[in-house]
Amino acid sequence: MKTSAKKWIKFCVSAVIVVITLWLLQCLLLPKYVAGTVEGAFIAEYYDEVKDHDVIFVGDCEVYENFSPIVLWRDYGINSYIRGSAEQYVFQSYYILEDTLSYETPDAVIFNIQSLCFPESRNEAYNRMSIEGMKWSSSKVNSIFASMREEERFLDYVFPILRYHSRWEQLKSEDFEYMFKTKKVSHNGYYMRVDVRPAENVPTGKPLADYSFDSRSIKYLDMMRELCAEKGVELILIKAPSLYPYWYEEWDLQIKDYADKNELKYINFLELTEETGINYNTDTYDAGLHMNLAGAEKLSRWLGEYLTTELGLEDRRTEKELAARWEEKTAFYEAEKKYQYELYGMNEKAD
Amino acid sequence: MLFTSYGFLAFAAVFLLLYYTVPKKLQWSLLLAASYIFYFIAGPEFLPYIIATTATVFLSALLIERNAVKQSEFIKEHKEELTKEQKKEYKDKQKRKRLTVFVLCLLANLGILAVVKYADFFVSNINGVVNAFGGEGNLSFISLAVPLGISFYTFQSIGYLTDVYRGTVKAERNIFKFALFVSFFPQLIQGPIGRYGALSETLYSPHKFDTKTVAYGLERVLWGYFKKMVIADRILVAVSTMIKAPAEYNGAYSLLIMLFYTIQLYADFTGGIDITIGLAEAMGIKMSENFIRPYFSKSLKEYWRRWHISMCSWFREYLFYPVSVSKPMQKITKFSKKLLGEKVGKRFPLYISTAIVWFATGIWHGASWNFIVWGMCNWIVLMVSEEFEPLYKKFHEKFPRVGKTFAYKLLCVGRTFALVCALNLFDCYRSIADTGRVFFSLFYAKNWNIFVDGALLEVGLTVTDYVILACGIALMIIVSLLQRKESVRDIISRRPYPARFVIWYGLFLIILLMGAYGIGYDASQFIYNQF
Repeated sequence: MKTSAKKWIKFCVSAVIVVITLWLLQCLLLPKYVAGTVEGAFIAEYYDEVKDHDVIFVGDCEVYENFSPIVLWRDYGINSYIRGSAEQYVFQSYYILEDTLSYETPDAVIFNIQSLCFPESRNEAYNRMSIEGMKWSSSKVNSIFASMREEERFLDYVFPILRYHSRWEQLKSEDFEYMFKTKKVSHNGYYMRVDVRPAENVPTGKPLADYSFDSRSIKYLDMMRELCAEKGVELILIKAPSLYPYWYEEWDLQIKDYADKNELKYINFLELTEETGINYNTDTYDAGLHMNLAGAEKLSRWLGEYLTTELGLEDRRTEKELAARWEEKTAFYEAEKKYQYELYGMNEKAD
Repeated sequence: MLFTSYGFLAFAAVFLLLYYTVPKKLQWSLLLAASYIFYFIAGPEFLPYIIATTATVFLSALLIERNAVKQSEFIKEHKEELTKEQKKEYKDKQKRKRLTVFVLCLLANLGILAVVKYADFFVSNINGVVNAFGGEGNLSFISLAVPLGISFYTFQSIGYLTDVYRGTVKAERNIFKFALFVSFFPQLIQGPIGRYGALSETLYSPHKFDTKTVAYGLERVLWGYFKKMVIADRILVAVSTMIKAPAEYNGAYSLLIMLFYTIQLYADFTGGIDITIGLAEAMGIKMSENFIRPYFSKSLKEYWRRWHISMCSWFREYLFYPVSVSKPMQKITKFSKKLLGEKVGKRFPLYISTAIVWFATGIWHGASWNFIVWGMCNWIVLMVSEEFEPLYKKFHEKFPRVGKTFAYKLLCVGRTFALVCALNLFDCYRSIADTGRVFFSLFYAKNWNIFVDGALLEVGLTVTDYVILACGIALMIIVSLLQRKESVRDIISRRPYPARFVIWYGLFLIILLMGAYGIGYDASQFIYNQF
């Protein structure tokens, strides 16, 4: 009896040591996304939010770099959040939306349709950035299965240590610092860049053999539409004013048809440069691919006006608790802005 | 299903759990079911091949044994009535019957192997010969997928059939038990080629869960994974980079390729065998060893007694001996003695028999000329050594102390290792021309600066990789040295539990963190899977 008890104690102690050390190792080896490539941190940050947003943005870099929720709040009292990550594919956007709508029911969901031209995942690293931050749910599991490339394995998502096992070679001080608690890097999902790189020599699109969107992309767009309809949420399709990847007229027509057919709103910002006031010499930080802060704020102002007039979204700036939360966010936003202006040696008035 | 895949790990874990949960008398049936599931996962289209081999060999063995029993009963019954001549005539007749069954079964199974594995090789050679003589050799290739482990299970089955034919083992009466012997999943991928007599002792018997046995088995599995994933798959990156571009990587690189590939081959193959034997051990099944520290061999002859033992002993027992004592060989002996004199003529049949064995060994490794040339090179070196044997003997008689010195032993080990490295080059390139070019480029190499100018960091390995490899290889050498005195697992088992736990878990963590697996590393199958 004594021996048996001893054996059990040995076994339990060993098991506890194994579990704890593996967990610690996993915490250490996971990428922290607090410097450099910070996009991988965006998806997870949402879960710290109080979930009562009026508007949710879903999509890739064309949403998280082009719209500023701070401006939407500051100027229109719209409480919004961006659930986007680098090259977030349409199927990932669908599952992220499903995940978001399991927490809250916003008035509108804004989806950027650029990702419709990628029916399959093109890069494992982007899959990781879009999926890893999600909390475990059926949406996450389905997103993994919808996204996995041939070389990927489900178990590597369940136990990310198996994927990042060799990262010990690249560990930095931040990996230890943010082992258990990471820091906020986005502004309600918005990725701020203040620097300027004018759009010059924008590549034009080469003719394609077939301009139709793949049925897989359309299937997920349909699912998104049905989900929004079921939850009573207005789905708005947008095309951000990024000059490339090239947005073909044929693609645009398909989206217009789709929107008309399904009675959805569709805004192509490429056609609204005058209305939004976008200047590609000053409002982009990477030669037309993404907006910088100046561009994002211009777009947000236009969008705020649109959401207020078209959807009749109420100004919530009078809600004390909410206003207090936004005050904190605004302070973080302004501090970041100041830091970046200093970093790039720019004058704040220049924007 | 690769040994290194999550699928296999899950399969083996679930299987072990069930193995010790089901009633003991059902253990072998569960093992059979698991083996067939394993084979089915590898490719359902391969099942007919293994079933055909199982059925034909099982039935032939039964027929052979039944005939032998009938013969002895008949002779016993008619002992008084039959004359010596009649008895001999009856025995010869029965022997011919047994031989017919044996040969037919042999031909059928070797035929299957020849068709699936060697048909395209023959076709390409026929086409080549016809083209060389100005014709149009355009026979089409068969391009059949080679069933998993076909060489291993075919040879294992033929070994069993031969043993039954010789009367050294009793034929298995239960086809399902025999099917398990053929398909036993841990050894199906890369051997070792099991002998029925030895394997059947523990394969079918019930096994009680014993912590020590299971722990010993799993320790060996862990060690196998260490060799495969930390060493073999890491060094593979450099080997692949270099052998892909022989025009770029030659001269001094040849030395590196030979060394790296020899290390990779050892870590890969012995690692795989450790997983196989360890897994079997965890089930309470004893398998014979396939390696005894082969790179510590002092001669090539010794090396082939310590490397892939099951294959070498198979060829020795089921090819070399029968060929050596066959009637045509006896005729050759007589003829050569007459022609070349007693001394040389006596050795001539040995050369032929060993040449046949090495040709077969070569072609067994793969349907290509480089393997055949590899086999024949081994044969030449072995025969030359054999011829120099009297000279060595004289030298050692004159200088008896020299042979006992550590330096001399080290020299012999180094020489054998260098020889093995050079011969392995044939395996590396799968092309005789490339092998020759790369090997001979070593003699007029002008790029010796690669060892100092950082070029070694451009073959796919970083400084960290080299450090890991150096430590891993050092650990393999230490373990091999310790094994000379006693089992390393015995040494570990004498330590207190915390120390044992640190060793096991430490090894697990090393594999987990330093293993060359996952995205960024090519999932590489074991080298011997393809044989």
